[in-house]
Amino acid sequence: MFLQQLINGVTIGSMYALVAIGYSMIFSVLQLINFSNGSMYMLGAYVALMLYLRLEGHFLLAFAGSLVIVGVIGYGVDRFALRPLRKKKSNRMASLMSTFGVGIVIDNAIQLLFGSETKSFPNQLDFGSFSVGNAIVSWTQVLILLICSVLMAALSLVVYRTKAGRAMRSTAENVDAARLMGVDVKRVISVTFVVSAVMATVAGTLVSMYYRTVDLNMSAQVGMKTFAAAVLGGVGVLPGAMVGGLLIGILETLGASYISSGYRDAYAFMIMVLVLLIKPSGLLGRAASSKL
Amino acid sequence: MSILRLEKLQVRYGSIEALRGIDLHVEPGETITLIGANGAGKTTTMNAIVGLVPACGGQVFYQDKDVTRTDTKEKVRDGMILSPEGRQIFPGFTVRENLMMGAYLRGKGEAPETLETVLELFPRLRERLGQMGSTLSGGEQQMLAIARAMMAKPALLLLDEPSLGLAPLVIKDIFRMICRIHEMGTTILLVEQNARMALKVSDRAYVLETGRIALHDTAAALLKSDVVRRTYLGEG
Repeated sequence: MFLQQLINGVTIGSMYALVAIGYSMIFSVLQLINFSNGSMYMLGAYVALMLYLRLEGHFLLAFAGSLVIVGVIGYGVDRFALRPLRKKKSNRMASLMSTFGVGIVIDNAIQLLFGSETKSFPNQLDFGSFSVGNAIVSWTQVLILLICSVLMAALSLVVYRTKAGRAMRSTAENVDAARLMGVDVKRVISVTFVVSAVMATVAGTLVSMYYRTVDLNMSAQVGMKTFAAAVLGGVGVLPGAMVGGLLIGILETLGASYISSGYRDAYAFMIMVLVLLIKPSGLLGRAASSKL
Repeated sequence: MSILRLEKLQVRYGSIEALRGIDLHVEPGETITLIGANGAGKTTTMNAIVGLVPACGGQVFYQDKDVTRTDTKEKVRDGMILSPEGRQIFPGFTVRENLMMGAYLRGKGEAPETLETVLELFPRLRERLGQMGSTLSGGEQQMLAIARAMMAKPALLLLDEPSLGLAPLVIKDIFRMICRIHEMGTTILLVEQNARMALKVSDRAYVLETGRIALHDTAAALLKSDVVRRTYLGEG
């Protein structure tokens, strides 16, 4: 029982981590919480499903297409909803509200375009299952974990080992100084939005396959939960988002099976509050940040 | 050919006129100082030159090209490097990473060689290469900020208040560095509150008052001028 729940928790937690990374990366370069991130996660799943239904049988093509489309939309969110505000040097609260607004627009556009009923999502990763002790592990879970690990490793390599990563980290450390070194800060911000949208799309699609459904609650539910994960791990810190996502996935799964499944969506926030009471900068966070 | 020329440069912050038409020029090989009281517009001038704040009137010429609206990145690539007020190092980067950021736009191949030259100039930083920027003392951070600017091999080095908040002995060190950099043939535009030290290392100087150039002369002449001695050097 415990092993089974642990495996289930790690699977869902790794998906939370991918979405939490988006919050964390955007926060680190802009000191802004992008509240449209949950909507990108849902949008990714819906676009992948729509393309799949159009391109009957070509799942990989549909998946690749959804990454491109949502990536471009992610760029657009910054270009049209946030960059104009930065240019006018309006205060941070305006940008924050703007991300909320974008989220609402995306959620409602999805409802208009695809309808409000729950839709079934075909699982393309269903290759059966095997048992470990008395726990059953599906190949879907293994593949999800594999994809997630590869993505996180690749992202860490880029951020900590390449010139593009240096540009991103220096922007996060000190925007004006980065600009004085010749870093193209505008491009860094754009890339960050594209990467976070792509990560959200991967997570949205994989989770939908795992649960075999998509519905309109995905955005708010996972959006807020992964935000909690990012804060819990230490917002602005890449490994923090990963640890935070995994932890929330595991603890909510264990909580749902050992305490009560009715509180499933509340565990994330209880954990977050507890951690922040003890360590306000989050588990792996550096000095507490006053900006939100 | 002037390396830098400002013509009637104007900057506004909302309804406040920070610069009301600045004219100045810097010739290759010179060290020029801009002195002035708090709020006179010294830092604004520096930031407008590199393009961190937009000019609302007038022009900036760099190596005889109009660069008033040019992106900061392009100016950095062409060797116009600002070491900003308040040092602005990357606190979470090691000293080495900070220095390498200075060479961000330059080829990977030549960076190690430049690093060696810069470390010879700033031996104290060599001992600190692996340390986080945030763990350095104020003086060391200032050294790091100047060293980082030198990593870009500047043709024109803009130094904004390098002595701000430092102990007198450290300030002496910093000015010794500035002289060395000048001797190496780098053109320097210096902004300083410490007018006496700045004038001593400079060829010419401009005095900035509420967004305008009030005086312009050779540094030696300004050191002797009554107005400057009274207002900026604190002498009877």
